[in-house]
Amino acid sequence: MSDHTTAQDAVPGRLPVPKTYKLYVGGAFPRSESGRSIPVTAPDGRHLAHAALASRKDARDAVVAARAAFAPWAARTAFNRGQILYRIAEMMEGRRDHFAGAVVDALGVPRPRAEEAVDAAVDRWIHYAGWTDKVAQVLGGANPVSGPFDNASAPEPTGVVAVFAPQDAPLLGLVSVLAPVIATGNTAVVVASESAPLPAVVLAEALATSDLPSGVVNILTGRTADVAPALAAHEDVDALDLTGAGALAADLERAAATTLTRVLRPGPRPDWWALPGLGRITPFLETKTVWQSVGR
Amino acid sequence: MPDTVATWTAPGNAVLRASLDALPGVDEAGVHARVAALATRSVKTSAKARAIDLAVRMVDLTTLEGADTPGKVRALAAKALRPDASAPDVPPVAAVCVYPDLVPVAVRALRGSTVGVASVATSFPAGRAPLEARLADTRAAVASGATEIDMVIDRGAFLTGDYRKVYDEIVAVREVCARSDGEPAHLKVILETGELAGHDDVRRASWLAMHAGADFIKTSTGKVSPAATPDVTLVMLQAVRDFRAATGRQVGVKPAGGIRTTKDALRNLVLVEETVGADWLDPRFFRLGASSLLNDLLMQRAKLTTGTYSGPDHYSAD
Repeated sequence: MSDHTTAQDAVPGRLPVPKTYKLYVGGAFPRSESGRSIPVTAPDGRHLAHAALASRKDARDAVVAARAAFAPWAARTAFNRGQILYRIAEMMEGRRDHFAGAVVDALGVPRPRAEEAVDAAVDRWIHYAGWTDKVAQVLGGANPVSGPFDNASAPEPTGVVAVFAPQDAPLLGLVSVLAPVIATGNTAVVVASESAPLPAVVLAEALATSDLPSGVVNILTGRTADVAPALAAHEDVDALDLTGAGALAADLERAAATTLTRVLRPGPRPDWWALPGLGRITPFLETKTVWQSVGR
Repeated sequence: MPDTVATWTAPGNAVLRASLDALPGVDEAGVHARVAALATRSVKTSAKARAIDLAVRMVDLTTLEGADTPGKVRALAAKALRPDASAPDVPPVAAVCVYPDLVPVAVRALRGSTVGVASVATSFPAGRAPLEARLADTRAAVASGATEIDMVIDRGAFLTGDYRKVYDEIVAVREVCARSDGEPAHLKVILETGELAGHDDVRRASWLAMHAGADFIKTSTGKVSPAATPDVTLVMLQAVRDFRAATGRQVGVKPAGGIRTTKDALRNLVLVEETVGADWLDPRFFRLGASSLLNDLLMQRAKLTTGTYSGPDHYSAD
């Protein structure tokens, strides 16, 4: 191994091969339709890379991809969705070092702390993978009614959810808001952290290799304020998770109201390390109730 | 163009072949580069609004499935008359395009309107039936009230070099498009470019169809892939431009199949404007054969008027 390294070092002037950080839309990695990019810096001001600067049109393309993916993803068995979420965890585990490096760069935290965040993010996928086939039992059930009817309620996914990922937790926070949305059969258009988008792009690379159907998760990088209004007012977006929307949240909620879009408001500063419970699953579910007459 | 092509009358096959083969070859790389350059043209705001309305007026709203029912055709006709129920200012489309047996249903649903009834005929889409059967097919559609006939050429005959047969059949179909009681049905000739051997063939077939009396030349049936590629549309537009210069008669073009988005439609309009000019930017001379395109046009129109992107849930699936 050391011989090999020496041999490589001996090659004079080998050029580095830096990665182009692109969007993740419909299972592909396109550059922004606008052709623009935005410089990304570490907290200490060091230049890291350029990320794609998504435009409103990219947001629209992402919604189209998410809408197309919704029906087949929701129609998968809950068990199968659980398997796929587990597979995402497996793929992240295999790229642990890569993710840890991205978190160190993005947050400027010590390496061990970044590794803890990666572990927690992997565990978060496992957590929600377990929930996929249990949500219906916990949130649905038979309802007592005063009449000769069987009456049962079951939760169903809302549809296309625009997720504004937390700004200050680019990996663990991102996974914590994304996993509960897709676990129940929704599809997502994620607007990654504006200041630290690179871990989201690395996550997209793991998603693309983990049996997740194209379009179920679409990730946009760039300026949140550029794409947020178009997503919030889009008639084909069924719900918004405004967790990372910051000062834009009130305006976005107002825009969402014009097209009857569900909204999850940003709460008080969340602790991404704590066990999440059901609080991020239920806002993106609809309840279907079926009445059936009994007797002859 | 060579004079022989411009001035012939009922020639024999040898003359036809000599004339058509004398047409200059298509510079495929040049066509491709031209299309790519024009595809970058950006049409925005008020220009886009006008282009969308023009594209809506050019749509031949089409349903050509084995599972078509009278009910589906009536629904399509209602949509043709008033494409967006919530926006009465959207103009009606150019025509509804159906199979011959459903023409009476469409005619009844569209009576008194400006929307035409187009019928595919001549054993669409393959055209592999005896000429008598194909003519009977056309007669039935015309008798039922179709205002436009979309015929397919015999690609087999064309590819074997029997241009005379193709020519005679177009002339024969054109004759049965005539009506004793009024305007003849407009004849659109489908070249099915996806089955022809390259752009040179498209150019030859276009000239052949125009000489035989086509009112429109149409790219495809929609049943063969590739259908209406922008490259083929450009070659056909050049053909109608040169044909008018040579003969004075203006023939229309109809790309059909594979045009699904507003962006595709606008690129087609740019091709028309830049190749043949504004004379063709009219539903009488340019049509878009499509079914799913209309909803995308309506969604883009809604975006321009309301400022928010719309979703397919708000439009009828056809």
